[in-house]
Amino acid sequence: MSFLIDSSIMITSQILFFGFGWLFFMRQLFKDYEVRQYVVQVIFSVTFAFSCTMFELIIFEILGVLNSSSRYFHWKMNLCVILLILVFMVPFYIGYFIVSNIRLLHKQRLLFSCLLWLTFMYFFWKLGDPFPILSPKHGILSIEQLISRVGVIGVTLMALLSGFGAVNCPYTYMSYFLRNVTDTDILALERRLLQTMDMIISKKKRMAMTRRTMFQKGEVHNRPSGFWGMIKSVTTSAPGSENLTLIQQEVDALEELSRQLFLETADLYATKERIEYSKTFKGKYFNFLGYFFSIYCVWKIFMATINIVFDRVGKTDPVTRGIEITVNYLGIQFDVKFWSQHISFILVGIIIVTSIRGLLITLTKGMYFVSSVLLIRMSMPLEYRTIITEVLGELQFNFYHRWFDVIFLVSALSSILFLYLAHKQAPEKHMAP
Amino acid sequence: MASLDRVKVLVLGDSGVGKSSLVHLLCQNQVLGNPSWTVGCSVDVRVHDYKEGTPEEKTYYIELWDVGGSVGSASSVKSTRAVFYNSVNGIILVHDLTNKKSSQNLYRWSLEALNRDLVPTGVLVTNGDYDREQFADNQIPLLVIGTKLDQIHENKRHEVLTRTAFLAEDFNAEEINLDCTNPRYLAAGSSNAVKLSHREEILFKRW
Repeated sequence: MSFLIDSSIMITSQILFFGFGWLFFMRQLFKDYEVRQYVVQVIFSVTFAFSCTMFELIIFEILGVLNSSSRYFHWKMNLCVILLILVFMVPFYIGYFIVSNIRLLHKQRLLFSCLLWLTFMYFFWKLGDPFPILSPKHGILSIEQLISRVGVIGVTLMALLSGFGAVNCPYTYMSYFLRNVTDTDILALERRLLQTMDMIISKKKRMAMTRRTMFQKGEVHNRPSGFWGMIKSVTTSAPGSENLTLIQQEVDALEELSRQLFLETADLYATKERIEYSKTFKGKYFNFLGYFFSIYCVWKIFMATINIVFDRVGKTDPVTRGIEITVNYLGIQFDVKFWSQHISFILVGIIIVTSIRGLLITLTKGMYFVSSVLLIRMSMPLEYRTIITEVLGELQFNFYHRWFDVIFLVSALSSILFLYLAHKQAPEKHMAP
Repeated sequence: MASLDRVKVLVLGDSGVGKSSLVHLLCQNQVLGNPSWTVGCSVDVRVHDYKEGTPEEKTYYIELWDVGGSVGSASSVKSTRAVFYNSVNGIILVHDLTNKKSSQNLYRWSLEALNRDLVPTGVLVTNGDYDREQFADNQIPLLVIGTKLDQIHENKRHEVLTRTAFLAEDFNAEEINLDCTNPRYLAAGSSNAVKLSHREEILFKRW
């Protein structure tokens, strides 16, 4: 009886998530374009719904809501469906759409999309070999195999994104990095842009006139096509067309210049806006957050380095440790266990919410979720871990932590380098007299 | 207007509707082989004989300014685009016949271009709502062009064309529907070419 109630609760929540995903798809992602293929939308909403239910189940797990066995059953079922969609349907449809866009293969698109999918599966399987994720107990086609592979890809992606985000976020919010932009700078650039456009126009007018006179005189100027055409153009070339190619080259160079100027002007406008924004209350608030966040990011990078260098794996969750440190420092009587349970639950909630938001912005959905589950395990106290371990099987979690740290570090360092170069390059152009 | 013998026409529309292909077709009478995304603004020039066949015939250059981007761009991009909207003599609005949203966005495009240029006589509607009265006293001639006609299936053609006719009426503009990969549509003597030259004449009269 209770199983029925639980199931109905799960199903209603799934339908809710489905509707939400559908709406989000329509409003945000495809605001300016009309969706022709409804299949895509359905798949997106279904994946989104099932992913959200997975998170829901974790929350239920912590809170102890619903019957334990029914939870277990739903968990297993959810996992199966998600993996099915992720590994079978999505790549197949992606392949199908790619193939149907190529006009040559239009007739046998089904056949070619199957071929593409098989190639994908092959590489997917191969991916598992270099990593120490197989424990000899399990067979070939078990769930653990699929999860481990999906997990690897997901963890890599997430580490890449969070590495970049950890560096980019403080850079964007902190006003220390904002260059000073005045109105005269912008006007000067705009004038240069318009001048370049005028030069392009005058050259094109000359070209059009030359072409017209050539046409009227009977010399037909057609581009040399094919082999013989090229040979002919080497030997016989009218003076008019030579002129034209020269001017065409100049025009190409000028057009490139105009594009650069346009982008620079847009950049200056954006910087000016950010400067004005930083003077408002909201701007100051975000600025402050930016400083905070940057310290946190630096700490994370530092921890990742230490983990790798000293070959250590995070066993205790940071919240408990943080509270322990504060308690010892302040000397207050505190029931650490009791509070840590609640605080870690809140932390998991925040991670879930930000994960959802992050996921809705990037589109690496399903893998992101599965790997999030794997990593959330790291930040939960020991008691809760047993359940997840039981469901997902022995998956060598330590490996994932190490892998995440490595990729995170690499991604963060490379994005620091990249941003530094970009930052350096820009002011040199503007400070020219 | 500003300089002598200078006629400036803006070509506006959403990303990917085919403005660059259209401009290339109009100016070079050739189909654009490798269309790529337009950054900023690309200009091309079309030669036009005003009052052809009469003793007052004179050759003018029409500059077609193909401005890239979308209506939903960041305001910094919009401010940068605004520099191109100065002293405009005519506007060509391009939309994709296979994509309804691009037709709806044309209202916002026209508002963006016209608000820049209009002498503030009346109340400017700034929340993007379309107000027909704004176009009533608009002196700048408009032309609405629908592209990718070849991708519309035969039986849907009628309803699509009725919809675009309403659109053109709203703007008080002439309308042309074509396919930029086929130069036949703008061949001399076709109805489209006649409409085009008609619009150009109006352009010169107002100028």
